[in-house]
Amino acid sequence: MTGLLRSGGDLPLDRRILARRMTVVLILVLGILAVASAAIGATGTSLWGALADLAAGRELATSERVILFDIRLPRTLMCMTVGAALAVAGAILQGLFRNPLADPGIVGVSAGASLGAITAIVLGGLLPATVLAWAGPSLVALSAFLGAWLLTLLLYRVSTRNGQTSVATMLLAGVAFTALAMALSGVMVFMANDSQLRDLTFWNMGSLAGATWGKLQVTGPVILLALGAAMLLARGLNALAMGEAVAAHLGIPVQRTKGAAILCTAVLTGTAVAVSGGIGFIGIIVPHLLRLATGPDHHGLLPNCALFGAALLLFADIIARVIVSPAELPIGIVTALMGTPVFLWILLRRHAAMGL
Amino acid sequence: MEARGLTLALGGKTILESVDFTAAPGEVTAIVGPNGAGKTTLLKALSGELKGVGPVRLNGTALTDLRGWQVAEMRGVLPQASALAFPFTVIEVVRIGLSSGRGGGDDRRALQALARVDLAGFAGRYYNDLSGGEQQRVQLARVLTQIWEPMSEGQPRWLLLDEPVASLDVGHQFTVMDIAREFAASGGGVIAVMHDLNLTAMFADKVWVMHRGRVAASGAPRDTLTTDLMQTIYGCPLQVNTVPPLGIPFVLPQTRVS
Ligand SMILES: Nc1ncnc2c1ncn2[C@@H]1O[C@H](COP(=O)(O)OP(=O)(O)O)[C@@H](O)[C@H]1O
Ligand SMILES: [Mg+2]
Repeated sequence: MTGLLRSGGDLPLDRRILARRMTVVLILVLGILAVASAAIGATGTSLWGALADLAAGRELATSERVILFDIRLPRTLMCMTVGAALAVAGAILQGLFRNPLADPGIVGVSAGASLGAITAIVLGGLLPATVLAWAGPSLVALSAFLGAWLLTLLLYRVSTRNGQTSVATMLLAGVAFTALAMALSGVMVFMANDSQLRDLTFWNMGSLAGATWGKLQVTGPVILLALGAAMLLARGLNALAMGEAVAAHLGIPVQRTKGAAILCTAVLTGTAVAVSGGIGFIGIIVPHLLRLATGPDHHGLLPNCALFGAALLLFADIIARVIVSPAELPIGIVTALMGTPVFLWILLRRHAAMGL
Repeated sequence: MEARGLTLALGGKTILESVDFTAAPGEVTAIVGPNGAGKTTLLKALSGELKGVGPVRLNGTALTDLRGWQVAEMRGVLPQASALAFPFTVIEVVRIGLSSGRGGGDDRRALQALARVDLAGFAGRYYNDLSGGEQQRVQLARVLTQIWEPMSEGQPRWLLLDEPVASLDVGHQFTVMDIAREFAASGGGVIAVMHDLNLTAMFADKVWVMHRGRVAASGAPRDTLTTDLMQTIYGCPLQVNTVPPLGIPFVLPQTRVS
């Protein structure tokens, strides 16, 4: 089929081709941003100088090696995985709720993950030594995932009746769950001792700055695995867009698809929150802009969300590092500044079109 | 397609009461009856959407013994109304039908299906921008791509339609009913909930008349669409096969010359 054949001056007949082109563009952009992210930093260390040294077979200075390979590179990779996770979690949640306003941060899934992480930091020591030894450094991530999972299940229960999701209920329940999770987190913080408080503060600051190879070893594979699983949901989410009944008529195992979607969202959000604190709005900006550009077909949308999410968080991280250099802005502030206008824009457009 | 003793009560209200239903491949089977008679509920039981109302067999196999995708291979369902959550275009909606069952199928089939429901120029339009009747036809095209061949491996496939012509103009009512006829003529089975009694008389081989959750009559249109029965179930003094009083124009689909 000729891809850009237009019918009656309307949209391209096959937007899958647009999605594929978008994939190529996003890979290029992501590559450029990744290099930029590794090249830019508060210290004057130059990536190019180091590369030239390497090419010439010269040894790198220790400070150079530490800054480039132990500080910047893990941070760049962490940004990419967390950004991809948040964007794809948003896209899946929106497909599940059949609503473009569902974002892990807005409907409280991130708050649930935060509560999980904080609980692990404060109460983790009470666990039997065998469990602690087994879970080790991934205890915070595991607990964040459980918090996100529980919250997503609850939210879905509350806002969906007979396969129909009420947008108002979903958003308001999200507000309530966020408040509850934050209150409980407050209780945890109140109970924490001094050394735990220090851990909490570090965790809360949005630890993209504190990315290490060790953390990346725990979260990277989990996120990549969940991203891979998420790509398998495309057909089911497409069918669900027409309602659960139609999806079932099409032979989609509806309950299994919904369960898998909730699990994927929880793993992605939980892991991302565990390593980065709460970073909002990536999950809403990225899928929305991509749907506008290349359509809502999840086959192209989900992989492109991963790429675009990775690129956008890298971009936000670079901004956060550059704008008040040598200090750093918390990255959550940057994403919120970029995201809130988009969220309001969607809200107003939907309001104009159908009174929400 | 066969169902025995379908019974359903919700909130103390009987919706279906021991309904026995059969439909044969190669025929168009119509279900008629007043609003709330249980037609949609019966169709949902036949499609497998509603579970636990009684045994339903599809080509001799109990629905409960088949997996979702196997059922999707054998029958397509056109629901009464379908809302769409995201801005899909018409062709994208139709293509979703291609990916059902075992999946696969040719992209060109989606365009052919659109042409068949007389929406050839609409492929690139947003589904949500279309009129109700156009959306209904897009959905039919989606169902058609799902079960394109009326026969599969020697078994008939089934088209389950809930009020397929409800929001269509007269011309497109013919378009849709002709598709149903052709599907049956090629060996498939069609079960359609109908409100238009004239189209039913014209296109159906068998008619099931539902009334208050029960089957009031079943058989050929000639034997079921009778003055007596129509007056009883619809509660208004209608006359079958009677020319209206002089001066009132009437347009009957039966007058179409082929
Ligand atoms: N989920 C439900 N809960 C309660 N009553 C229902 C439900 N679904 C259908 N009904 C009732 O069952 C009756 C039959 O419905 P339906 O099969 O949709 O009728 P129709 O013949 O008009 O298609 C109606 O009175 C309707 O109100
Ligand atoms: Mg009905």
